[in-house]
Amino acid sequence: MGLNNGESSGAGLLEGSVMVTRLDEVTKPGGAQGIINWGRRWSIFQYPFVTACCGMEYMSWMCSHYDPGRFGAEAPRFSPRQADVMFVVGTISHKQAPVLKRVYDQMCEPKWVIAFGACASSGGFYDNYATVQGVDCIVPVDVYIPGCPPRPEAVLDAVMLLQEKIDREGPERWARREAASK
Amino acid sequence: MELLLISTLKVILVFAIVLGALSPLAGWAERRQSAMIQDRVGPNRASIGGFRAWGLFHPIADVIKLMTKEDFVPATRNRYLHTAAPMIAFWSAVVTFAVIPFGPWLQIANLDIGVLFIFGIASLGVYGATIAGWASNNKYSLLGALRASAMMLSYEVTLGLTVVGVLICFSTVGAQELVVAQAGPIWNWGIFKQPVAFVLFFVAAMAATKRAPFDLPEGESEIVAGYFLEYSGMKFVMFYMGEYIEMFLWSALATVLFFGGWQIPWVPFEGQTWYEFAGVAKFLAVLVAIAFLQMTVRWTLPRFRYDQVMDLGWKMLLPASIGNVVVTAVVIIATPAGGVLQRVALLVGNAVVVLVALAVAAAMKGENKIGVTTEALRTQRSEEAVH
Repeated sequence: MGLNNGESSGAGLLEGSVMVTRLDEVTKPGGAQGIINWGRRWSIFQYPFVTACCGMEYMSWMCSHYDPGRFGAEAPRFSPRQADVMFVVGTISHKQAPVLKRVYDQMCEPKWVIAFGACASSGGFYDNYATVQGVDCIVPVDVYIPGCPPRPEAVLDAVMLLQEKIDREGPERWARREAASK
Repeated sequence: MELLLISTLKVILVFAIVLGALSPLAGWAERRQSAMIQDRVGPNRASIGGFRAWGLFHPIADVIKLMTKEDFVPATRNRYLHTAAPMIAFWSAVVTFAVIPFGPWLQIANLDIGVLFIFGIASLGVYGATIAGWASNNKYSLLGALRASAMMLSYEVTLGLTVVGVLICFSTVGAQELVVAQAGPIWNWGIFKQPVAFVLFFVAAMAATKRAPFDLPEGESEIVAGYFLEYSGMKFVMFYMGEYIEMFLWSALATVLFFGGWQIPWVPFEGQTWYEFAGVAKFLAVLVAIAFLQMTVRWTLPRFRYDQVMDLGWKMLLPASIGNVVVTAVVIIATPAGGVLQRVALLVGNAVVVLVALAVAAAMKGENKIGVTTEALRTQRSEEAVH
């Protein structure tokens, strides 16, 4: 239960003593990939990383009126192992950055990140020594949501954009990932 | 050869019903029903070729996603137990359906110890949770596993004792014999002989499936995700599916024990072919109704606190179920079998059990609250400090 518990980096097949298996690598682009992308697109389990005032807007988006459940995205899994999309909601300070990175590393492939609001996307108006100037300094971000805070409609738009992105994905995603991690 | 063929056919049919129809539909029904309760739309966007089918494709999408998800194993796990745990949890839930009589013909094995077999195998599910928590080598998993095992063991005692009353009434433990014994008018059903036992059974069964309001083992606010914290992809779903199947198992057992199984009231079974189909349909209808009730409770009540669960199990349900067994046994011995007198006496006995339980609960009220205890402790300490 130490710190270096051996998390997957989602990059290689065998890393240290961690075995990582991925069905993606056996599927060829084309039909099978399309079906897999379809499944991933309609089954987005989120990991909410809520740190600041955007959390209120996140909650209003999660509630009945806007209902992410329509997209099959209503289920939050608080274990990063079972989550697909990390919502970084709010300001990330430098002190919190390692925690965010660690949670991201604990998530299992395939995983995506949505930067929710101005602070998560760029640091917002916290242009100072204590704040990370956008979470893309630490983790790869797939969709940025502008706004301080964003309206729930903007969040829904982001989820749909992410779905489009998932639809376009193929094996090259993994090649990119692996190149980035080396 | 013929026997082998028929058995294979039965196995395929039963598992097609349980694994192919009930459990995927449960995932869909639960999401749609929760949407209904919370006044929202629920999953309805996943489409195949433009057809949305009220969100029925969402479970398919879930399965595809989870099957292609990275299969994570912690570096410090126990290599074999970590893989074996979801198998045990899933297996112990599924295999019990071997003795459930879905219809006069549709039962895989007609064991004469049917109900005992179900309890024996279903209680092995505790091992799935415990081993999962221990083998993951994670402190939150371990805490979840401890909670799960403590809760399941506590409530299985009640579960077993509530059934004893019904077994005394029908003087058999075979699942098929229990159903046959409930033939005839509707008041022959178990629920009209043991209404209290049904309520206790229903509550204890919900606790045994570890679903809300008894989902302490996975309490997100305290221990992240409980004993399956370190599982991803299909292994995680095996726990989840195991829970669903267990829910259907207890619903099926409730149907057998309390709702006459496949018996249609007032219509005797004399080998008619149509009856075999109608019986299966009736059984499944009752099963789904009870499962639906469990889901409704799940989306209505908030989670219990841990000490509240233990209080409810050991101080309320268990004494009530023991009282029920005693009263039922006395009534069955004291009154002539099968008469109106016996039926009325059973109901009166049940009413007595309820009244005594409520009286005891009222008398105990306030005694077991944490606040009161700490208050008493504080008074005691301040008195000690004075002396």
